[in-house]
Amino acid sequence: MKINERFYPILATVAVLALLYGYGIYEHRAFSDTYVLGNLLTDNAFLIITAVGMTFVILSGGIDLSVGSMIAFVGVLIAELVTGFGFHPLAAVAVALVIGTAFGAFMGVIVAKFDIQPFIVTLAGMFFLRGICFVINLDSVPIDHPFVGAVGDFKLPLPGRGWLSASALLMLATVVVGILIAHYTRFGRNVYAIGGDRHSAQLLGIPVEHTLIRVYALSGFFSALAGVVFAFYTASAYPLAATGVELDAIAAVVIGGTLLTGGMGFIAGTFFGGMIMGVIQILIAFDGSLNSWWTKIMIGVLLFGFIVLQRVITRSFSGVRAEVQSA
Amino acid sequence: MTSLHTQSEASVQHRQGLPRALMQRQWFAPLGALLLIILCMGVVSPDFLSIRVVDGHLYGSLIDVVHRGSSAALVAVGMAIVIGTRGIDLSVGSVIAISGAVMAVLISETELPPWLIILAAVGSGVLCGLWNGVLVAYLEIQPIISTLILMVAGRGIAQMITGGQIVTFHGEFFEAIGSGYLLGIPWRVLIAAAVILALWLTMRKTALGLFIEAVGGNARASRLAGIDSRGITLLAYVISGVCSAVAGIIIAADIRGADANNAGLWLELDAILAVVLGGAALMGGRFYLGATVIGVLIIQSLTTGILLSGLPSQYTLVVKAGVVLLVLLMQAPEFRRSMAAVLRRRQHED
Repeated sequence: MKINERFYPILATVAVLALLYGYGIYEHRAFSDTYVLGNLLTDNAFLIITAVGMTFVILSGGIDLSVGSMIAFVGVLIAELVTGFGFHPLAAVAVALVIGTAFGAFMGVIVAKFDIQPFIVTLAGMFFLRGICFVINLDSVPIDHPFVGAVGDFKLPLPGRGWLSASALLMLATVVVGILIAHYTRFGRNVYAIGGDRHSAQLLGIPVEHTLIRVYALSGFFSALAGVVFAFYTASAYPLAATGVELDAIAAVVIGGTLLTGGMGFIAGTFFGGMIMGVIQILIAFDGSLNSWWTKIMIGVLLFGFIVLQRVITRSFSGVRAEVQSA
Repeated sequence: MTSLHTQSEASVQHRQGLPRALMQRQWFAPLGALLLIILCMGVVSPDFLSIRVVDGHLYGSLIDVVHRGSSAALVAVGMAIVIGTRGIDLSVGSVIAISGAVMAVLISETELPPWLIILAAVGSGVLCGLWNGVLVAYLEIQPIISTLILMVAGRGIAQMITGGQIVTFHGEFFEAIGSGYLLGIPWRVLIAAAVILALWLTMRKTALGLFIEAVGGNARASRLAGIDSRGITLLAYVISGVCSAVAGIIIAADIRGADANNAGLWLELDAILAVVLGGAALMGGRFYLGATVIGVLIIQSLTTGILLSGLPSQYTLVVKAGVVLLVLLMQAPEFRRSMAAVLRRRQHED
């Protein structure tokens, strides 16, 4: 049976995840417990939710560097609304999601209408949101509300000693919604088309500008949602929270097998990519002799491996095209 | 209608009447912006403009701007050259951390002579630049991604070198680099100026600058014209690596220690911002070293000025973001067109 080359990266991702997890189970008996799995899903929930939004942006051929600042901003905003203005947390969450989506759409308008490179626009967005965090609040503040506590205490038991937290469930739901949007809506297909070849997409009558604006709005929404999860998870807000998450999210997307030039990749791959990064962290924590910087180096090595794999695949693609042309 | 027409024509002629050669120089607009900012700061807080001599050293906010800006200027100039090849170097912050770590560990754990230690630190920058350059030029991976790898892994490498600690050191030679003066001018400013001048001479007095711009303009065409476009791209990343390494030496010498987590944090953003403020297109094909340095001074004056004006320092980031967005929009042809259309409509309505 010949497997479509399209699936090579995601198969590699699943293989790496299985290998790492298998190694963990082999080395540490506790690893096979569902407790570890539950923790893995909870601890990386905000990262994977962010990465799902990032996947859409990268599929469209762009990049969104503002997501880490968005997570911090949403946390600080919710804390301010709940403790300062007496909002119910759910109302504060709604406000945060609307603002996050609107801000993403605003960046999308600048990217799409004025044809400015996404990475510099979202870089400015990253500065801006981080600055607003500092303006609202300089210190780490607790988000003290019975509702937040209740959400934090929610546990759906798994077989074994593990459980799924509210953030883990929300993350799994986000991944499912992401897959549905990417593969079963017109918007999703348009994103793939634009990422594959923007000019062709335009000539085919796909509303490029409109779709791009929605892509950045979607990424704004998902990163704001990640901010909500992060705020509930830590039950506090800190303006310097989640620095560097934009890079972790991009790394998760790339390790998940999405092509950085856009047009090819899967939301499910991003989920596995995020899980790989989580497993590496847990493995290094389990093995007491390794220091935390090994996480960064390992992720760098994996990034390099997957990027080279992508190059090989895209080269064989263009090789096929050249053969067709010469024939 | 007709009167309007002649009016606008007259204004065009008037504009042409100004010394056009001066207007068209790349550094004109950034320099104007810098003077404007300094003037505004001077009005808000007159202290900003005063320069005194204390203990034989120049002293004042403007000197502070140059002092603090020197390491950022080094990084930005390297970044400008990379951007000239239609690339980007996100790893500069990590390279700063690595070279600082190499220097700090060598000083505290060996008896090597200072020049050899500096050579080793710069050498680490060369290695980083080679790594980036090979990925971009020979493996043909997009620059953002190639340099992202080192950006992520680099801080881990720096932490590995320092063993996860903040390594501090003492030594007259290195303390002089960080906070010493020569004839009243800080050493770090002199070092940065010397490196930038050397780069400017190499770029503008030899054909190298032209080659880089040719590669950035159209890599394929330049290759067909006989330029070794891969070698040139590789060289650009090595130059950027060296510039960041020297900045790392200055920063480590300043705090007399290597902080693998925080040295050069966010500096890549400031550097890119400075290059853009200097008027270079991110699409490559041209770069301006002088204007980039002015861009750094603009950013640093804004930072220092906001601190002095009594506004909380947390507004700095918001202001920076606003400035970037404004400059980007001004550069975008699409935005200019739509603004021109709006203005025309206004005139018609009047």
